[in-house]
Amino acid sequence: MKFSLGKWLLPTYVALAFIFTMIPIGYTFVFSFNKVEKSNIAWKEFTFDNWLNMCGQPVVCEAFGNSVAIAIISTLISTGLGTAIAIALGRYKFKGRAATNLLLFLPMATPEVVMGAGLAAQFLNVGISKGFWTIVVAHVMFTLSFVVVTVKARVATLDPRLEEAGRDLYANASSVFWRITFPLLLPGIMAAAMLSFALSFDDFIITQFNSGPETTFPKFVYTAAARGIPPEANVIGSLVFIVAIAIVMIVQVRASLKAKKLRA
Amino acid sequence: MAFVALGQGSAGNSAAPTKASRVAFILLAPGMIYLGLFFLTPLVSLVITSLKTASFTGEIGMYDYGFQVSNYAYALEQYLPQITRSFVYALIATLMALLISYPIAYFIGVKARAKPILQAFLLTLVIAPFFISFLLRTFAWKQIFSNESPATQFLQSIGVLAPDQYVIGSSFAVIAGLTYNFIPFMTLPIYTSLERLDTRLVEAGADLYATPAQTFWKVTFPLSLPGVISGTLLTFIPISGDYVSASRDFLGGSDTAMIGNVVEANFFRIQDYPTASALSVMLMAAIVVLVSVYVRKSGTEELL
Repeated sequence: MKFSLGKWLLPTYVALAFIFTMIPIGYTFVFSFNKVEKSNIAWKEFTFDNWLNMCGQPVVCEAFGNSVAIAIISTLISTGLGTAIAIALGRYKFKGRAATNLLLFLPMATPEVVMGAGLAAQFLNVGISKGFWTIVVAHVMFTLSFVVVTVKARVATLDPRLEEAGRDLYANASSVFWRITFPLLLPGIMAAAMLSFALSFDDFIITQFNSGPETTFPKFVYTAAARGIPPEANVIGSLVFIVAIAIVMIVQVRASLKAKKLRA
Repeated sequence: MAFVALGQGSAGNSAAPTKASRVAFILLAPGMIYLGLFFLTPLVSLVITSLKTASFTGEIGMYDYGFQVSNYAYALEQYLPQITRSFVYALIATLMALLISYPIAYFIGVKARAKPILQAFLLTLVIAPFFISFLLRTFAWKQIFSNESPATQFLQSIGVLAPDQYVIGSSFAVIAGLTYNFIPFMTLPIYTSLERLDTRLVEAGADLYATPAQTFWKVTFPLSLPGVISGTLLTFIPISGDYVSASRDFLGGSDTAMIGNVVEANFFRIQDYPTASALSVMLMAAIVVLVSVYVRKSGTEELL
């Protein structure tokens, strides 16, 4: 008998682990179809109403809109700032590299509650009232390092000879950047922007400390949890999930098609 | 236009070092100034706030600048159980996440290497939880194990739980929730390390009559150590400051509060900013000490 336990142990373990990680996602999705009278805890009846009337609870949609707007603005800023830093780190020799690396590493090694409370204390001491823009400021701060790390990995794979070739052909500095460097970095920049968007969109702790009266989707869910989360929130959560998974799949399929083309 | 200047700077690395470093400065300055203003000075603000004294007017939420070091003693004395609990929970949850994630990462990075489509699919599964709000996911666990739920009733009927015992509100629920939320943060770095593992080294181990277990502990695991280290840090640090899982509205109960819950309560409900700040400063200091000791012990300096 060559049937060995060892051969099946790992796949079974991995399958069980994935079931564990997928359960709450499936649960959120299923309960977005629940017909709800008072609380969305017990299953009552199947209905499409929540999906057809997503903004039935206007607060949910408003919070969602805020989250999207904040994520877009903070992603644009942090991707710009972070890409510049990544290029400097990957391409230039300069004094203070160790200090720069440390300052970039620290935000990733700091618990969110510390960053959130620190920035909130600063706004308090300076006397800035919190709202939409203080959330943006906070989100740029904590996503920046992740952008740098992601783009830096791409800068490292860039062949400097391509830029040299451009210059040899009398391209000026700006066309070398926009026609050679930037297109080559673009996949890394896009990945960084997607990561930054996802981090900002899903952030709760830093947001709670720096939002004042402004609400975001995670903040809405947190506040609603005490009374019970309305099914509309499940609808929006599920919708975001489906869109995000679709984007990931498109990116992966395109990448594998490209790899095939390169091999052919 | 920092980008336009880029090409000029890299034109001659050795020829014009001053010019190159000026370009580097232009590229670095905006982002680093940003971090200085909104990451570093807030840490200073935190220290300043942690030393403030109660206002003369006695108004709630009003404090004067001062040097009241006793705020720290007060915070420690008042919240020692929550502080200890944070680190105990974070340690257990990190170890649990490692136990769950390592086999996943190994399977995707080593076993599924020959099947790129399976590999891509499984990686998507790993990051899938990122795409649904972690608050919704945590709340889903609360509903699954709510007191009247079939899952809880089942556990009570088979005797795992006493009839008057519930899952939600227990340390177990909080630690399980913390573990669950941070599995992808553990899996991805370990996967990255294992994906690069040269399987010929493992074969060599087998050729030299090592048992699979010996090969694993002597070859595979040490080579995956950088991933394990960054995975454990990416898990332990955020968990130690988390207050969603331990919140009473989510998986926690009356005696599961962690340091984050106390900071939140002091900041928002009690408006005791000095105590909230003192707790945050202590958490940060503890993390810095732990991380530097851990990184030195494990011998990896390059984390970025």
